[in-house]
Amino acid sequence: MSIELQGVTKKFGDTVAVNNVSFSVREGELMALLGPSGGGKTTVLRLVAGLEMPTAGDVFIRGRRVNDLSVQQRNIGFVFQNYALFKNMNVFRNIAFGLKIKKWKRARMQARIEELLKLFGLEGLERRYPHQLSGGQRQRVAIARALAPQPSVLLLDEPFGAVDARIRQELREWLVTLHHDLNVTTVFVTHDQEEALEVANRIVIFSGGVLEQVGTPREVYDQPANEFVARFIGAMNVLEAKVREGVARIGELEFPASGEAEGQQVRVGFRPYAVQVSADLTRYRYHAVLQHTFFLGVLLRLELELPSGLTLRARMTKEDYAQQGLEDGRRVSFQIRQYRLLAGEAAALGPEAELQPETPPVLGDYI
Amino acid sequence: MGFTLFYLGAIVLIPFAALVLRALELSWLDFWRLATTERALAAYRLTFGASLIAAAANGVFGTLLAWVLVRYHFPGRRSLDALIDFPFALPTAVAGLTLASLFAPDGWLGRYLVPLGIKGAFTPLGVVIALTFVGLPFVVRTLQPVLQNLEREVEEAAATLGAGRLRTFAQIIAPTLLPAVLTGLALAFARAVGEYGSIVFISGNLPFKTEIAPYLIVQRLEEYDYTGAIALAVVLLVFSFLLLGAINLLEQWSRHARRPA
Repeated sequence: MSIELQGVTKKFGDTVAVNNVSFSVREGELMALLGPSGGGKTTVLRLVAGLEMPTAGDVFIRGRRVNDLSVQQRNIGFVFQNYALFKNMNVFRNIAFGLKIKKWKRARMQARIEELLKLFGLEGLERRYPHQLSGGQRQRVAIARALAPQPSVLLLDEPFGAVDARIRQELREWLVTLHHDLNVTTVFVTHDQEEALEVANRIVIFSGGVLEQVGTPREVYDQPANEFVARFIGAMNVLEAKVREGVARIGELEFPASGEAEGQQVRVGFRPYAVQVSADLTRYRYHAVLQHTFFLGVLLRLELELPSGLTLRARMTKEDYAQQGLEDGRRVSFQIRQYRLLAGEAAALGPEAELQPETPPVLGDYI
Repeated sequence: MGFTLFYLGAIVLIPFAALVLRALELSWLDFWRLATTERALAAYRLTFGASLIAAAANGVFGTLLAWVLVRYHFPGRRSLDALIDFPFALPTAVAGLTLASLFAPDGWLGRYLVPLGIKGAFTPLGVVIALTFVGLPFVVRTLQPVLQNLEREVEEAAATLGAGRLRTFAQIIAPTLLPAVLTGLALAFARAVGEYGSIVFISGNLPFKTEIAPYLIVQRLEEYDYTGAIALAVVLLVFSFLLLGAINLLEQWSRHARRPA
């Protein structure tokens, strides 16, 4: 294990920023700490770095307990959200800073810096000062500076937070390539679930200082541990329904819910992609009006309004949409293929229930 | 624009020109003789020497004070912060009187200090004390915004790279603060050179010993020796100008160093 946290808690005065968190990062992994702001993810990163000391619990780096090691002794590379470059030093001296402290020999230092400048596409900029660089260049200098002394782990706080959308995408791909080439254990903090899903090997999800789930992007998306994760990773329709005769009902929608008590309020969640929409009104059981279509790229987001006034989100590919000749304001039929009964933010989710396509539960059975 | 020029001309340039014109009535030789009498030289020495020491003291303690005010939160911080401007607000004569009575051999502080051989009143030391008092706000107020702009993360970044506090201060913080410290220092120095009110009481104004240059000018005027006064005034004026230029250069440098990155 490269990094391991065991029952780590961090309090600032009375507020608990990180509450009894345990997880581990494998050697060479690219790990994302994901969560809404104030979720405690940055604090976790700073605890690993030694910029904060845990109130309780242990932090291990490469099997060694580092609780009592100062930040200077931990041999980590840290990249700050605002890069925190040394303004009074040029690029070369910024990168050389850590090497000088480690007392590298002159020739070796020179070679290492040249290697990094080349790797990061910063050749020819070594005499520039931070204020003479673009945002992307500054970030690369910050990463090069952190990596120069060959740290055992690289920690990045919101690495894509401060750049505009276009450079952001480039940087994501670049980080993946860099990690692939260097194979340094890397942990980064982000509040953007899309970013975490795209870049990371594994994701740790936090909310309110509590660890919600650890898993690969696929796992957290397909098997969310609880409602919070389900709603945070990808969009979800959530409806409040009431159980009558073993079926959760809301408006005209019905979801089999055997096992739930009669009269019980339940919440039903389903992903937009589980909603199948057709222009053919006889195709599916439920009807709605297509209110809005949002173009997100390859996938479109549809907003449906049901006769009862409920609104649902659906996903559809551009091709499918065009083939069916859909447009805003049109009446459509739809069905919901998969759904879950939700029991509350932190509670474990039940298995996903599948509904048979074409043969929805027949109303007549219950009347 | 026109108004600004007029105002600037009326308030600054005309008196300035008048002074220079009066000085031009003197021959160079006379000027030199009047400006460099033994007594005048002693007065320059005291004025510039004491100002320099006071400015240096403020450079060190003002920096510390600004650092504490920006970085630490403690009860009474805001009151202390407001108190920094006290030397600005206090009429200098009041400050001088207060300091003189404090450091006089029978004053609150003088009572204990004089037996120890530390004579505050009527000595060059007294001049330094008064000048330190009036110069303090310049250093603190120049530094505070720069310190506030100093990102905590930069220090943390140095720490993650293995740098201890001392190295971080010497290689990262000090170079960033230096231009602002020097600017504050120069401002405090400039103020000290022109200071009059707070010194005349505490120094005792003994010729050759504790007589400052501005006081000597007043003395010359009281003796109806206008030309002598003007010669001295021109020396101080030229010096002020040089200082002003230096402060401007420092501020440019400081702005350069503060550019966001």
